[in-house]
Amino acid sequence: MKSKHIKKLVYHVFVGGFAILLLYPVVWLIMSSFKPSERIFATAESLIPQPFVLGNYAQGWQGFGDYGFDTYILNTFIFVILVLIGHLISCSLIAFGFARLNFAGRRFWFSIMILTLMLPYEIVMIPQYIIFAQLDWLNSLKPLVVPAYFGHPFFIFLLVQFIRTIPRELDEAAIIDGCNTFGIYRRIILPLIVPALATTSIFTFYWTWDNLLGPVLYLNSPSKYTVSMALNMFLSNETVSNWGAMFAMSVASLIPVFIIFFIFQRYVVDGISTSGLKG
Amino acid sequence: MQTHMKQNLWGYLFIGPFIIGFLAFTIIPIVASFYFSFTSYNLFNPPEWIGLDNFKEMFTSDPRYLHSLKITFIYVFAGVPLRLLFALAVAMLLNTASRAVGLYRTLYYLPSLIGGSVAVAIMWRNIFGDEGIVNLALMTMGIDPVRWFGNPTAALWMLIFLSVWQFGSSMLIFLAGLKSIPQSYYEAASVDGASFFQKFYNITIPMLSPVILFNAVMQTIAAFMTFVPAYIISKGTGGPLDGTLLYSLYLFKQGFEFFHMGYASAMAWVMLVIIGILTSIIFFSSKYWVHYESEGGR
Repeated sequence: MKSKHIKKLVYHVFVGGFAILLLYPVVWLIMSSFKPSERIFATAESLIPQPFVLGNYAQGWQGFGDYGFDTYILNTFIFVILVLIGHLISCSLIAFGFARLNFAGRRFWFSIMILTLMLPYEIVMIPQYIIFAQLDWLNSLKPLVVPAYFGHPFFIFLLVQFIRTIPRELDEAAIIDGCNTFGIYRRIILPLIVPALATTSIFTFYWTWDNLLGPVLYLNSPSKYTVSMALNMFLSNETVSNWGAMFAMSVASLIPVFIIFFIFQRYVVDGISTSGLKG
Repeated sequence: MQTHMKQNLWGYLFIGPFIIGFLAFTIIPIVASFYFSFTSYNLFNPPEWIGLDNFKEMFTSDPRYLHSLKITFIYVFAGVPLRLLFALAVAMLLNTASRAVGLYRTLYYLPSLIGGSVAVAIMWRNIFGDEGIVNLALMTMGIDPVRWFGNPTAALWMLIFLSVWQFGSSMLIFLAGLKSIPQSYYEAASVDGASFFQKFYNITIPMLSPVILFNAVMQTIAAFMTFVPAYIISKGTGGPLDGTLLYSLYLFKQGFEFFHMGYASAMAWVMLVIIGILTSIIFFSSKYWVHYESEGGR
């Protein structure tokens, strides 16, 4: 009995200790954001901010030049929501088509879609840029948002897998009740795939919120910058004096990610465990 | 006949957005990129056909390209196996009935959750600074501090550590895989007196091999395309001394800093070929190490 307790204790010390070691840098970042800038590296070994200051947040929030962090956060939220609406509508329609409708060429298009999953963005990056430049879409959200309305292979695949688990008897019953194909999608399938749509929404949020390459390519006036670009700008203007502000805004940019994770943890974990979505 | 037509019509109506998007944002760009790779093109003048010159230049007269290819290979082949190893080890530790597992699972997953963000790249840059906590820890252990930004090899390892740090999402996939292995296999092996390592080698690894294959393929592809950490940590330069000039970052610089659009497109095609070769090697080798239940063993 005694040795069992000791074994358990060793397990928790080891597993818990390793978890603390892994997360220490994040805790250090958060605590440092409450230290006066000039003391962050002088007192790097200590986690407790002494004195505890909120000034970094106030200073960081003011951003650069004419635009504060509120502008960047608002821009990013608009970006996320527009992409999110696009993914929810397009991916659910396309997934329903692949999972439920029998049409000539279905297997062909489905394999094409799986292939695009593996295609490096670098291959299409330059021509896409040229196309969007010709359309006069540079320095706007359009190049970043419009493609989302034509589906995203990862989420289509996730939804197809999910729809395949719904019994076809439900569709047949709806047909007898006089539903047409769109009615089956709208009234039967859509309400039943809400959990998979939640997973889609959460990952869309993460990927869009973190996206740096897209905004770096397409946005060039600071009034349109996203949070990740603003942080990048902080870094390129890095001087000895503004570490605190940079740390504070880094922490601020992680807050929405943490909040969404803690509310919807189950969907995140299920999404990764069942479909291998990259978190 | 009529119902066939109707079915096709409905089908294409629903997947129509995908087909349109695929043509507009994938096929046309792929064809264009293939054409650009044989041209000299700076975005402002029309592309000029130069045949295979871009590819020749890459492999014969651009040492920066070969260097970038080399460090990307180091990044992929050090980072991905290490990350998978950590993921498997921690997943096995967490595959117990302890009530704290839910909490541990969350804690270990957190680095993956935030790992792709600019904020974490900034954090990483600062903990590896000359006076950062990594050097403080090294000094406490009696090891000389490392100038992570002064030495190209150290800087590359800093990036590799960042990728290994994010082993949490693979760990979740492995954990789900471990849970689906019937407990009776282990019990039977224990009755026969199998040791921990025998059970690991003869039950865990074969049963988990399809999941390992999936992870290895996806992560190799993703690692080859790593951009954000290299871009942020080196402030867009790929420094010190091109130590963090990963393939995607060099491609980006060629395209959008030097406006060598043709050369950058050629680089993208070589990248696609390399990723294709790596993926096929993993797949073709898989018949020697991946075990599929339905085929009744190897």
